[in-house]
Amino acid sequence: MEDKILLAHGSGGKLAHELIEKSFVKALANPFLAKLDDSAVIDLSGRLAFTTDSYVVSPIFFPGGDIGKLAVCGTVNDLAMSGAKPLYLSLSFIIEEGLPRAELDQIVDSTRKAAQEAGVQIVTGDTKVVHRGSADKLFINTAGVGVIPEGIDISGSNARPGDKVILSGTIGDHGIAVLSQREGLSFSTRLESDCAPLGNLVAEMLAASPNIRCLRDPTRGGLATSLNELAKQSKVGIRIEDEKIPVREEVLAACEMLGFDPLYVANEGKLVAIVPAGDADKVLGAMRRNRYGKSAAIIGEVTGEHPGRVVMKTVLGASRIVDMLVGDLLPRIC
Amino acid sequence: MKFISEFRRSELAEGLISQIHRQSKTPVRLMEFCGGHTVTIFRYGIRQVLPQTIDMVSGPGCPICVTANADLDKAIALSQIPGVIIATFGDMLKVPGSRSSLQKVKANGADVRTVYSTMDALKIAEADSNKSVVFLGIGFETTAPTIAASVLQAEEKEIRNYYVLSLHKLCPPVIQAILDSGEVKLDGLICPGHVSAIIGSHPWEFIARDYGIPCVVSGFEPLDILQCVDMLVAQIEKGESKVEIAYRRGVRPEGNQQALKLMEQVFEPCPARWRGMGEVPDSGLKLRQEYQRFDAELAFDIALSPAYEPAGCICGDILRGVKTPLDCRLFGKACTPQYPVGPCMVSSEGACSAYYLYGGDFGG
Repeated sequence: MEDKILLAHGSGGKLAHELIEKSFVKALANPFLAKLDDSAVIDLSGRLAFTTDSYVVSPIFFPGGDIGKLAVCGTVNDLAMSGAKPLYLSLSFIIEEGLPRAELDQIVDSTRKAAQEAGVQIVTGDTKVVHRGSADKLFINTAGVGVIPEGIDISGSNARPGDKVILSGTIGDHGIAVLSQREGLSFSTRLESDCAPLGNLVAEMLAASPNIRCLRDPTRGGLATSLNELAKQSKVGIRIEDEKIPVREEVLAACEMLGFDPLYVANEGKLVAIVPAGDADKVLGAMRRNRYGKSAAIIGEVTGEHPGRVVMKTVLGASRIVDMLVGDLLPRIC
Repeated sequence: MKFISEFRRSELAEGLISQIHRQSKTPVRLMEFCGGHTVTIFRYGIRQVLPQTIDMVSGPGCPICVTANADLDKAIALSQIPGVIIATFGDMLKVPGSRSSLQKVKANGADVRTVYSTMDALKIAEADSNKSVVFLGIGFETTAPTIAASVLQAEEKEIRNYYVLSLHKLCPPVIQAILDSGEVKLDGLICPGHVSAIIGSHPWEFIARDYGIPCVVSGFEPLDILQCVDMLVAQIEKGESKVEIAYRRGVRPEGNQQALKLMEQVFEPCPARWRGMGEVPDSGLKLRQEYQRFDAELAFDIALSPAYEPAGCICGDILRGVKTPLDCRLFGKACTPQYPVGPCMVSSEGACSAYYLYGGDFGG
C-alpha cells in the first residue's frame, strides 16, 4: 500500500477503489456506505433540516481535534441549531497529492468517532485528489440532514423583548487553540479546541422547554457576530453583560497578546440560546447537566430598545456597542 | 496573580471612579497619546464613567495612522519591483495609500507576506536567496528594537537579501510638536505604556518641567487607565506637574536598557513625515551608516508619483487632537471599517475605528 496519497488515488481506477474500501467504507462501516451505490437511499418523514458546509482549517490537526472531527461536529451543530435531530451526513474529501495515508486514516477515524458520539451516520461521500499546491493538504465538504420534532419552531427571527440570552460555556477556545499552532505564531498553551457535537445538548434543552426561540453556534465571527445576526433577524435589541460571559484566562491572555477581542474569536462546541424568561432557569439547568454545557450562563436579555443592535454593559458599568466582525480576524479557522 | 482579570475587576473600578469624582473640581482636558489606550477607553466605556469635568481627547499614538501617504506609496512601489517580497505586520495590508493598498496589490500578484515577527521575515530571506525581502519597519520605539535585532542578525548570518524600509517614529518629539503648535490645550498626558516600557519615563520629564503638564504612564487594562486618570487629577488639583508611573508591572523609569542599546546601535534619529503634522525634526529613525546596505530606500530605485490625501478625510486633524471622528463628514457614512477612507478607520488602534466599533449612540 502506498504511504502517500497519489493523484491516481482520485482517478476512479484500482487505487481509488482500494482507497475507498480501505480508508472509508471499512472505517465508517454502515449498511448505506457498504452498498457502494451512487446515492444513499433513506426513508425519512417529518420536517427535514438540510445543511452544507466546507472545512479548510489550517493546520488540519490542532489541540482538541482535527479537520475530520470538525467537519462532523460543524455539520451536526448546524442541524441542531434549527432544533433538528441530526441523522445523516455526506463527506467529500478534496486531497492534495502527497498527503500521508496515515494522516488521512487518522482523520477518517476522527470522523467515525465524532459521528458515533453524535448519533449520525455518514451515508455517502466522494474523494478527489488534486495536484500539489492546488489544495492545502485536505479540504472536506459536507452535507447533513436531520428531522425537526413536532412542535419545535426555532429561528433567528423568533427572539422577543424580555427573553433571556444563554451561552453554553467559555468563548474563544477553538480559535485560539488553532491559532496557537499556526506557523510563525506558535505559542504554547494547554488550551484545546472546544470542537464537539451539540445534538444531544440541544435535545436535552428542548426536553426542558420546547419553547426555545433561537439557537446559534457562534463559529466564525464569534459570539458578537451571532448575537448581531439574531438582533437583526428578530428586529430586537440585545443587552449582554461583560462580567457574565465565561472566558478562560488562557484565552484572555492570548487575545491580549494578539490584539483580539474574545467576543469575535471562533467556537466549535458552543451555542447561544434565546429563551422565554419563564423557561430560562429550566433550560439553563438542563444545559449544566450536559458535559458540553457545564459552564452555561445567562449572559443578557432581549430588549425592545435599539433594534438590530447589541449593547454590552462593561465591567465599569458603562455601555458600548458590540458590532459584527469586520473583515477576517483569522483566516481558515474552520 | 492573574495579570488580566485582576485588572478588570468591577469592585476595584467602582472605588477608583468614585475617588475621581470626589477629587476632580477643575475642568480639564487629558490626552491619551496611545491608540491602545483609546481602544481600552472605548471598549470599557471609560469616558461615560468619568465626571463632566474631565474631557478626554485621543492623540497620535497609532503608528499606522501617522504614516504619511507618501511613505505608504513607497511600500507599495517596492512591492511592484520584480523579485521583491514585502514582509509586514498584518495591520498594514488594508491601509490605503494614494492610489492602492498592499491588500490590493497582493490580490494583483505582488508578493506581500504577513509576519508576526521580524525574525520570520529574516527566515523568508534565508529560505529564498534569489528574492529580496523588504520588511516594512513601521512602529514606535516599541518595535524598533526588534527590527534592529533582525538587522544585526542578518549581518551576523550574512543574509544579503534582507532590507528594511525604516518608517519608524519616535513619540516624545511628536508630543512636543503638538504642544508647540498650541492648537490643543492639554492639562494632562496619559503616556503610552509599551513605548515607555522601552524608553522609560525619563523622556517625558521635559513635558512636566517645560510645559507644566502632568504626565502619568499607563497600562492597558481599564483599571490601569482609571488609576492613571486618578493620579493625573490628583496632580492637577494640587497644582503639581511631574512624571509618574501607573504601570509599575511593565515600566521602569530607566526603561529597557538592552532594547535601547540595540536601537541606538542600528538606528539614528532623522526627520520624519507624520500624517497631519508634516515633517517633525528628529522624530524618525534611519539606519546608521554602518548598516546602510540594509536600507531599502538606498538599495532600490523606488518610482514614486506625487502623494495625495483622500478628499474630505480629517485623519490628520484627529491625530493632532484638534478634531474628533464625529467631526468628520465621512465618518460612518463613506468611511467605515469595511470601506475605510483614512488610516484611523483601518487600524485596530485608530481613533475612528474605536469610535465606530464601540461608540455609536451609546459610547463616546
